[in-house]
Amino acid sequence: MSLFAYGVGIWLVLVGIFGVVRSHNLIHTVVCVSVAQSGTYVVLLTVGYQSGAVAPIFGSGTPPRTPVVDPVVQAMTLTDIVVSATVTALLLAMVIQVAKRHGTIVPDELHALRG
Amino acid sequence: MAVLPAADLPVVLLATPVTGACVLLALGRRLPGWAVDTVATGCALLSFVLAVLLVGATPHGRVVTWAGGWQPKPKLTVGIVLVADRTNASLVVLIFGLAACALLFGWRYFDSVHAHYHALVLLFVAGMTGFALTGDLFDLFVFFELMGASAYALAAFKIEDAESVQGGLTFGVINSLGAYLCLIGIAMLYARTGQLGLPQLAVALAGHGSDPLVLAAFVLISTGWLVKAAAVPFHFWLADAHAVAPAPVCVLFSGAMAPLGVYGLARVYWVVFHGVLPDGSVHRMFLVLGVATAVLGAFMCLTQRHVKRLLAYSTIAHIGLFLIGLAALTSLGVAGTAVYLVGHAAVKGALFLLTGMLLSRYRSVDELSLFGRGRDHQVAGAAFVLAALGLAGLPPFGTALGKSLVDEAGHSVALTVLTLAVSAVTGGAALRVALRVYFGVGPRPPDEATADVVTGQDEEPDATPPSTRTPVSMSLAVTLLLVAGLAVGLVPGIATAAGPAAAMFVDQRSYVDAALHGSGQLPISVPDTHWTTSAIVSGVLAALLAVLVAVIGLYSRQLPELVRRPIGRLRPVLTGLHRVHSGHVGDYAAWLVFGAAVLAGLVVLG
Repeated sequence: MSLFAYGVGIWLVLVGIFGVVRSHNLIHTVVCVSVAQSGTYVVLLTVGYQSGAVAPIFGSGTPPRTPVVDPVVQAMTLTDIVVSATVTALLLAMVIQVAKRHGTIVPDELHALRG
Repeated sequence: MAVLPAADLPVVLLATPVTGACVLLALGRRLPGWAVDTVATGCALLSFVLAVLLVGATPHGRVVTWAGGWQPKPKLTVGIVLVADRTNASLVVLIFGLAACALLFGWRYFDSVHAHYHALVLLFVAGMTGFALTGDLFDLFVFFELMGASAYALAAFKIEDAESVQGGLTFGVINSLGAYLCLIGIAMLYARTGQLGLPQLAVALAGHGSDPLVLAAFVLISTGWLVKAAAVPFHFWLADAHAVAPAPVCVLFSGAMAPLGVYGLARVYWVVFHGVLPDGSVHRMFLVLGVATAVLGAFMCLTQRHVKRLLAYSTIAHIGLFLIGLAALTSLGVAGTAVYLVGHAAVKGALFLLTGMLLSRYRSVDELSLFGRGRDHQVAGAAFVLAALGLAGLPPFGTALGKSLVDEAGHSVALTVLTLAVSAVTGGAALRVALRVYFGVGPRPPDEATADVVTGQDEEPDATPPSTRTPVSMSLAVTLLLVAGLAVGLVPGIATAAGPAAAMFVDQRSYVDAALHGSGQLPISVPDTHWTTSAIVSGVLAALLAVLVAVIGLYSRQLPELVRRPIGRLRPVLTGLHRVHSGHVGDYAAWLVFGAAVLAGLVVLG
């Protein structure tokens, strides 16, 4: 089961990067970056997953020795999501400016920088 | 120190720029321009002083700070640790020194800049400081992204400029992809060991040994840091980002951000993977990447006419030389790399700021169209020449000492010749710019636009109207950087401290002991880092060769047929190389994947 989840995570990262490589639209490029990042969430959460374990909140319903999933990777995923939101917003803002200044968002038609 | 315990210094160093940035963001609209400049520069200077104090607190060991007081227990460590030793504390001094110079230069450089520029610079340096000081693998990723996000915004700062937004976007996409590969690597290591702290990982892996998963984790984490370091073939974003970012920001990009990628790689290797991976394969990986990066960077540097791009490729070439220094896997190599890195940051910073002056006076950064136009500003020309020679490694600049130590560590004639050639070519290219622009040496170059290179003719200046007199703040920033470059080589304490610092840096055991048990022996064998006759001779030789390269570049059309024909044969190769640097973000992402595969091959084979 967890092997399948790892596979999905790695697949998402690879397909995201492949999307960036093949992209014909900068908004598509930025979304592909997000897809690649979603793959990292899946991998991180899978690392901490335990079959039959509950959420890592100890209280009246969950006495101290109950098996729980790893909270560290969940915290990492949360951090990762915050980073993702910032970077995606920033990149999309840049795409808007590219559209204004270049009049296109097709990567093949951007020729300001080369060599 | 009585006022502040040494263990609090790393935290205060992180908090100071972040606080400054928050204050500027909150009050920036209401404060007058001079107040914003003063707060930002003051913040950088204060942090600079604190960083110097931190270096002062590290000569006999490390300053270890467990965040939130989560001290490690024998079988259980849950805290996050900051570990400062001589090497990374010195890097923090470098970061804040460069930031102070860059902010000082900005006083009269921008005319319509708002407080968010200063806030971004401060957040950027906070991210770099955290990256340098942390002893936790996941925190390395977090600070990598923090400095990344502010750096993307700074690269695209001229938001109305077509080149600027394209460069910023490419930079953001490629660095983010690199970071995600790195994060997968971190997750793999965590899955294998259940640890994230560098010292805890070292303990866990020492008992576990290497396996394919650990190997894959090393490759992915290295990919992340090498994207930041701009090693070939991950380097494409760097030239674009440097070409479009404002000149003072380039100082930080070139002097601190890219070298921090090299630092991250070295730190993670020596603390976590040293002894787990075979030395031979790591040596091969560093060496192959270093040589490829140095050669390609030098080649591309020589053939640019956009001055900031030229300097950016020279940075790439020097990153290659740093990797060659590390490839020796000895404390001497690390010491050489460290000295070289600091010396390079100072002279390269001066060169970028002088280019910024060119842009604000003459509204262009195109070497060819600027021919002879700087004749009225020969003081700047002299500074440019001096910095270019410093880049080539003229003694007593710190670059000469660092390069000779790298050569000594490499123990190879071929590598010595390579570092000599690369430093001479990059220095020579910068020297060619200086002679052409400020002194009008050589015939007037024909101004033919080619489809494959960026000219820099329509670069948008950061200030209008063009200033005729150079403000004191600008000249002061350049002077300070040049003096710093000389001081690295001349002040005896700086160079000799590099030896013990490097010995401590490569000592995995004492790092773990200091971080987890609060003790740890100082290393006994310390490399000798003094000027030698051969260092001076090779430095002077590099400077002379740089002059030769510059003169050949200036008079290339009047060379005898015998010399011109082989150069002409290189033209198709050159055109091909320029075409590879297509500015297409998809191509660069493909190169990223290819590079990661090559890394894996280099580590696994043999």
